[in-house]
Amino acid sequence: MLLEILGTGCTKCKLLHEAVLKAVTESGVNAEVRKVEDIAKIMEYGVMSTPALVKDGKILVAGKVPTPKEIASWLVA
Amino acid sequence: MRTRTANAVLVTALIGWWLLYTSLACLSGSVVSALGIDHGSHMGASLAFLLFEVPKVLMLLVLIVYAVGVLRSYFSPEKTRQILSKFPEGVGNVLAALLGIATPFCSCSAVPLFIGFLTAGVPLGVTFSFLISAPMVNEVALALLFGLFGWKVAGLYLLTGLAVAMLGGWVIGKLRMENHVEDWVMKVRGSTDVLDSDMRWVDRLRAGIEAVRDIVGNVWPWVVAGVGLGAFIHGYVPTGMLASFMGKDAWWTVPLAVLIGVPMYANAAGVIPVVSALLEKGAALGTALAFMMSVTALSAPEAILLRKVLKPRLLATFFGLVSFGILLVGWLFNLLLT
Repeated sequence: MLLEILGTGCTKCKLLHEAVLKAVTESGVNAEVRKVEDIAKIMEYGVMSTPALVKDGKILVAGKVPTPKEIASWLVA
Repeated sequence: MRTRTANAVLVTALIGWWLLYTSLACLSGSVVSALGIDHGSHMGASLAFLLFEVPKVLMLLVLIVYAVGVLRSYFSPEKTRQILSKFPEGVGNVLAALLGIATPFCSCSAVPLFIGFLTAGVPLGVTFSFLISAPMVNEVALALLFGLFGWKVAGLYLLTGLAVAMLGGWVIGKLRMENHVEDWVMKVRGSTDVLDSDMRWVDRLRAGIEAVRDIVGNVWPWVVAGVGLGAFIHGYVPTGMLASFMGKDAWWTVPLAVLIGVPMYANAAGVIPVVSALLEKGAALGTALAFMMSVTALSAPEAILLRKVLKPRLLATFFGLVSFGILLVGWLFNLLLT
């Protein structure tokens, strides 16, 4: 699967990136994690509060940083 | 957790909060006495102030941030945008300023929000009303103002802050500066779906706890540092020392406060306790509030971010108008309050 982290480089965006990497490692799913920092691309998803997490084109969460455990539960679902 | 259990926990917590809050003065006094420090000394006065103010302000902050956190679970930028795109300017400016209080907002997402609003058909002026109100009139500022100055000052800050946001945005709308938005912005094709959030009452209560952890977790060192500095001034700086050069008779202190405050980017939590200490020593309230408003509403980092979407003239107009509004508020306060 493709996991995209939308954010323009704020502190929370970095935290989300770390949390996602941790969730991927811990759950052992096969995923590519990619950062999207271009504002025009971010807007294509209609996200207005960064950071946001997108799984295969679908927005999972926007505007907050969930725990790695929460993220992992979405990855296996 | 079931709804009934959650409500029982909530009510118990609120009662506990109230009991602790009302006995704070008594508790802090007995701590100072137990340490064997004279209440009349500089040290005693400073310590009593610190031991009373820090827990008091933090407790108020927790309560208000929690309440706003629960309230905010009913709002989202997407929903706010949907509402605002349906109203014309005027009514839109009023609604935008009001929704700015309740909608979750972080100045780091000012740019995506700006683009998202505009491309969904929210008028430029209405978008600005939201962008002015959201960072300035927030729960942290209001909780601290209430805790340190009482409900009258908090209320005045709320009303004048909203007025600056409504009028500032309205004027920008009237200036018809749509062509001063960077050209690429209007070409963005974004989805305008509203994310479904199917939250139960228990989830909303949990959202409040998350807000407390997130916000109070971040601002508490500022509160302690700010009140600590306040405590020092309370005990050591002579009363009235600042009145001569920061008092209400010196008209130029308000523009000076705005000039210093605009480029600064600081947390409301870090500024307010210092402001309170300055006030106590004779600085004028209008000057102090103008300083606080300009610190929270505008900042140099925000200007750099917004420059990506605004051409220089619109950016300058935005900063100029809001600074001018804050200036008027400062003078008004100094004029009305003694």
